[in-house]
Amino acid sequence: MFKWLHPYAKPETVYRLCGRFYPWLMLSGVALLALGNIWGLAFTPPDYQQGDSYRIIHIHVPSAIMSMGTYSAMAIAAFIALVWQVKVAQWSVTAIAPIGAVYTAIALITGMAWGKPMWGTWWVWDARLTSELILLFLYLGVIALSGAFSDRQTGAKAASLLAVIGVINLPVIHFSVEWWNTLHQGASITKFAKPSIDPSMLWPLLISILAFKVLMLALVCLRLRTAILQNEQHRPWVKALVEE
Amino acid sequence: MVALSTFVQRELRLLARQKADWLNPVLFFVIVLSLFPLGVGPEPNLLRLMAPGIVWIAALLSVLLAAERLFKDDYRNGVVEQLVAARQPLLSFVLAKLFTNWLSTGLPLVLLSPLVALLLSINSAEFVAMLLTLLLGTPLLSLLSVMGAALTVSADKGGILLALLILPLYIPLLIFASSAMEAAAMGLPYHGQLAIMLAMLLFAMALIPLAVISALKLNVS
Repeated sequence: MFKWLHPYAKPETVYRLCGRFYPWLMLSGVALLALGNIWGLAFTPPDYQQGDSYRIIHIHVPSAIMSMGTYSAMAIAAFIALVWQVKVAQWSVTAIAPIGAVYTAIALITGMAWGKPMWGTWWVWDARLTSELILLFLYLGVIALSGAFSDRQTGAKAASLLAVIGVINLPVIHFSVEWWNTLHQGASITKFAKPSIDPSMLWPLLISILAFKVLMLALVCLRLRTAILQNEQHRPWVKALVEE
Repeated sequence: MVALSTFVQRELRLLARQKADWLNPVLFFVIVLSLFPLGVGPEPNLLRLMAPGIVWIAALLSVLLAAERLFKDDYRNGVVEQLVAARQPLLSFVLAKLFTNWLSTGLPLVLLSPLVALLLSINSAEFVAMLLTLLLGTPLLSLLSVMGAALTVSADKGGILLALLILPLYIPLLIFASSAMEAAAMGLPYHGQLAIMLAMLLFAMALIPLAVISALKLNVS
């Protein structure tokens, strides 16, 4: 498998692959987002308890899911970077981190906006809110660490190490905070049980989740391409590319 | 073993000669503790209620203050570089650092805990809980701060960065330590919290030295 995978670790190949995927990912991401959100915001029935204000679920839940999904993607890239010393994996850690941080911030802000009409307060020290806030701190730590060194390579390596340490700690943090205090409603969609959400609301939600996922991939492609160009600027293939 | 004791002796000698390195954080701990009654009012019941949080936040801040300079001098004068280049296992150096860091920042907090109990009007049952949580928690705090210091040793801007790295990892310890103290205040058993803290400490002891070693190596390139 390594023989098959290894050519893909070459920065030039990754650059071209990302360039080929980026337009398709971006287009389908924007289209899916428009479909999911317009369907969810305009054409689903209102909730019997929460009225129309539940519709923020179509932004809140996808961003919350992807804030964690993005962290695991970053941690996998960081693990590859540390174990096999693949440079592209190191750069993708620093490319992924800001996207995840923005998703986390979106989840927090929409959650606060949803909490105001439902719980009567912008912020409660509830387990899920708190662990999401801590996740944001973890992202900010990775971003700050990657930018703190005068040598960019050292920064990327240190950020990878921190991402791996963070992913080992994440379950501990999550469960300790859960045990500490919880008020949040349980998950509406789980793999193991029938979803506790009506199908008419479920489909736009699933489409929005997929849209956030595809958009994340598109943005990673874009940022990774920039990172590759920045890090490989002295290489002949970049010079040839610029002169084209 | 020889290397370990050599490193420990070296660290102890450095600490004996640079007393400010470990005295300042301890003083800082006492100052922060004495500021709380001034801020929230001297009501003994209120102070007793807030004591778990106050003690553990002050402990974190003082350990953070000490962590800042942990590897800086060794990095600047080239000791870390020589150790990495020597192709000797870095483990004994890291273990000596961890041990002396706990000795110079964690142990003073444990020794100061009777004074803390007086200042915050804590009764004897809570005092025992505080002593036990400090004994179990400060080594973990040292492990985390050594790791943060190793990651940022060649960074241009330390300070706030170190706090940002350590704080999220510190939260489970804060939760369980203060909950053990609260349980003691209500006369409930708190063995569960202590067991979890011990588990976290053992887990960190197994893994964090490895992370520190690789962090030091990547800072020397």
